[in-house]
Amino acid sequence: MSTQIPQQTDESGETETEPEAASKGEERRAEKRRRAAQERERRQAEEAEKAAADEETVELKVFRYDPEIEGKQEPRFDTFHVPFTKGMTVLDALMYSRDTYDSSLTFRHSCRQAVCGSDAMFVNGGQKLACKTQISDLEQPVRVEPLPHADVRKDLVVDMEHFYEQMEAVEPYFQTNEYPDGELEEQRQTRENREKVKMSTRCIWCSACMSSCNIAAGDNEYLGPAAINKAYRFAMDEREGEEIKQKRLEIIEQEHGVWRCQTQFSCTEVCPKDIPLTEHIQELKREAVKNNLKFW
Amino acid sequence: MYEHDVIVVGAGGAGLRAAIAAQEAGADVAMVSKLHPVRSHTGAAEGGINAALRDADSWEDHAYDTMKGSDYLGDAPAVEALCKESPEEVIRLEHWGMPFSREDDGRVSQRPFGGLSFPRTTYAGAETGHQMLHTMYEQVVKRGITVYDEWHVMDLAVTDEDDPADRTCHGVVGYDIQTGEVSGFRANNGVILATGGMGQVFDHTTNAVANTGDGVAMAYRAGVPMEDMEFIQFHPTTLPSTGVLISEGVRGEGGILYNSEGERFMFEHGYANNDGELASRDVVSRAELTEVNEGRGIEDEYVHLDMRHLGEERILDRLENILHLAEDFEGADGLTEPMPVKPGQHYAMGGIETNEHGETVIDGLYAAGECACASVHGANRLGGNALPELIVFGKRAGRHAAGEDMGEAEIETGRSGEWEPADYEFEVEVGETGGRGPAAADGGAVATDADGVLAAAVDRASERVETLLARSGRNHAEIRSKVQKTMTDNVNVFREEPGLKETLFDLREAREEYKDVAVSDPSRTFNTDLIHTMETRNILDIAEALTMGALARREFRGAHWRKENQIRDDENWLKHTLVSWNDGEPELWYKPVILEGENKVYEPKNRSY
Ligand SMILES: Cc1cc2nc3c(=O)[nH]c(=O)nc-3n(C[C@H](O)[C@H](O)[C@H](O)COP(=O)(O)OP(=O)(O)OC[C@H]3O[C@@H](n4cnc5c(N)ncnc54)[C@H](O)[C@@H]3O)c2cc1C
Ligand code: SF4
Ligand code: FES
Repeated sequence: MSTQIPQQTDESGETETEPEAASKGEERRAEKRRRAAQERERRQAEEAEKAAADEETVELKVFRYDPEIEGKQEPRFDTFHVPFTKGMTVLDALMYSRDTYDSSLTFRHSCRQAVCGSDAMFVNGGQKLACKTQISDLEQPVRVEPLPHADVRKDLVVDMEHFYEQMEAVEPYFQTNEYPDGELEEQRQTRENREKVKMSTRCIWCSACMSSCNIAAGDNEYLGPAAINKAYRFAMDEREGEEIKQKRLEIIEQEHGVWRCQTQFSCTEVCPKDIPLTEHIQELKREAVKNNLKFW
Repeated sequence: MYEHDVIVVGAGGAGLRAAIAAQEAGADVAMVSKLHPVRSHTGAAEGGINAALRDADSWEDHAYDTMKGSDYLGDAPAVEALCKESPEEVIRLEHWGMPFSREDDGRVSQRPFGGLSFPRTTYAGAETGHQMLHTMYEQVVKRGITVYDEWHVMDLAVTDEDDPADRTCHGVVGYDIQTGEVSGFRANNGVILATGGMGQVFDHTTNAVANTGDGVAMAYRAGVPMEDMEFIQFHPTTLPSTGVLISEGVRGEGGILYNSEGERFMFEHGYANNDGELASRDVVSRAELTEVNEGRGIEDEYVHLDMRHLGEERILDRLENILHLAEDFEGADGLTEPMPVKPGQHYAMGGIETNEHGETVIDGLYAAGECACASVHGANRLGGNALPELIVFGKRAGRHAAGEDMGEAEIETGRSGEWEPADYEFEVEVGETGGRGPAAADGGAVATDADGVLAAAVDRASERVETLLARSGRNHAEIRSKVQKTMTDNVNVFREEPGLKETLFDLREAREEYKDVAVSDPSRTFNTDLIHTMETRNILDIAEALTMGALARREFRGAHWRKENQIRDDENWLKHTLVSWNDGEPELWYKPVILEGENKVYEPKNRSY
């Protein structure tokens, strides 16, 4: 595992401050917290009033939790009223709520164009990329929760470590024994082969599929649809050659690999990149069977 | 405290390539990034990556096109390095398994792009950046390079000498977004900044929300000049509601621009009689806005980009991603209707001043990628030239930082060479931001050894976090949107003196307001409120340098158009703009452009397409 997250040093996460200063800071922060909470309530009440008068408002019910903050340690839902604009996405509505009402509202996001994979959430009961989901396609109130089957760090942010570990468990890097002679010579690949792996290379590591998968929920060691798809991406690439494909099939055939999949299709349904995940898993199963027959 | 030979800040294309290169050169490397690597904005690049791969093409032609595209503000040694080394680097990506689009004979495909004399843009569908980012991250995983992800780098740990050229960078200070821990990262050999673009300075941008120019601002406050900041590329085809990019690949494949009267205005109104839609980006952006300003825009805002005639098969083969983007973010079906487009902020040609090895004026501090300005793009970047920049200069910075001898650099950094002070009087006093004073090691005990410098920097950063969390005051969001608005109003595609001055006043006001900024979320866990507050400071510094440069440069070059001076003025302005942070306020100065290459001098010619 190459990703390294150092442990938190102490409970408050504070470092290098004098004990006295820390407790003063703590007091001030507690006072601030109280005031911020009051202010938040006031603004939200104001907005709710406005909302009653104005129909073009979206009602969001957003999951809130912070392990550190009194009052947020018990998970709850906050309601935000957001003026609707054409083309508004769930991410837009969340950003508006954060910037206007409560700057402590926390979620991951960056590209806002469905390529960075950081804002997968549970919207009205389904795994979605917030930036790609139009408010106008949703029933109201819009319920926004963190991805199920992952530990919640805060509000809509979940722990991604397990997902990354599974992704990295399948040796997710190109391996080949045969390089062309010249430095500037490509390893040729047919159009058909590139077409075959194309969909599998589109994964943005959003983890929606993993979150939707019942098997993954029950078996923590199951590689999961995204990681198996990653294995597919390489196993099907003709440039890697037979020998390495063999190794790849061994990886996905292990106890918590492809054979766990019960073809429920939930991963395929939620994938925002339309990757035919279940099909890829099935195809790897077939490959594995063929491969085993060969050695009989 | 963490310690490595080389610390790479940022894990987009430039950072990943730098880390791999440094590791190959034998260094113990770590990457520190506020986003997990695969979330970096390089993943959004669509169109492709330029490299002279074919026999009928040559790196010399690529260099010529790039110098011309830059409106002669590129430095030849950097441009030539880019063009010479990109073929090898692109093939290396292919050897790492990058799924490029393919020709019938199995070679990687190339397509035409604006401003190129040969179709040398190599691509992977309309998702070239995604494939490149993931391919390189795979190599990082393979090599077991340490990645500290979701760590926001707040500051550089730099010695406190008077002259930036005497300073040394010993590491960085990071803030662990997940836990709130502030920690030093000591770099025994070098720090490489690869923090990407600064699109969030504007409110209509193709850039990610995380692109707040942190690296540029950090280097600037440590004493490295920002170079050519006024040159901002506005991309002509972004979706009007969100700024999401519609790749130049659409025009490369034959997409056509129409105004509200159904005219193919690039030709019919004479904006680019030879190249039409494929003229360079600045030309097309101005053409579109002129159409809108003259009443031939649609809904007074945008024009149409039509690709229907390319046929479903070709669109699906080469531009499928575009169909999804137009559908998801604008509700337009590219197969049956034209797509609405308008110009949006897209790329910063300027950035941290570096030479062709990625070195800055501060010892041990490097920069590569969009945050850097080795001067390959000058006043205007050609489409498809940023991705090769990431890998060529990422690699160079990585090797140099790891201690490889790369010979003498031809481009000088800092005020070591020839330079001239600006003769522009700014009506408004620009300067100090709340938080921290001028020089790098300001405020702390003066330390010269690495550990002392790092400890002082960590103390300062911890104190800043503590203060922001404890006090009450203004929210950053208000200040940020004020900056974005004034920049978009006045420092956009079209620029004129009164507007630029107004922006400087607005920015001054925003700076004053920022002195009272406070974070209302008191939590140490994933406090994005705090991160956004720190980013806003960076946005302010960058906006100011950019506007100063634009106000002072009274000519029209590349992407920088001035109403009062609509000609390129080589006699007075064939020079780089630099802004240094000195004694609590910015200072503007200039240095010459290097037009002399290996075998030829790139004589400035009129740029027509
Ligand atoms: C929509 C779009 C399409 C494009 N298409 C093309 C194209 O077709 N061809 C082409 O050549 N160019 C294209 N470009 C330009 C090109 O993609 C970018 O210039 C390039 O990807 C920038 O890469 P980078 O590595 O410098 O930065 P990024 O990929 O943005 O990476 C920056 C990294 O720095 C990290 N970071 C930032 N601040 C901090 C901090 N304070 N602390 C820690 N880490 C930090 C981030 O987490 C991230 O990992 C496009 C750009 C956009 C926006
Ligand atoms: S396979 Fe699809 S759903 Fe799963 S992580 Fe990748 S993009 Fe997300
Ligand atoms: S914000 Fe990047 S995928 Fe949604």
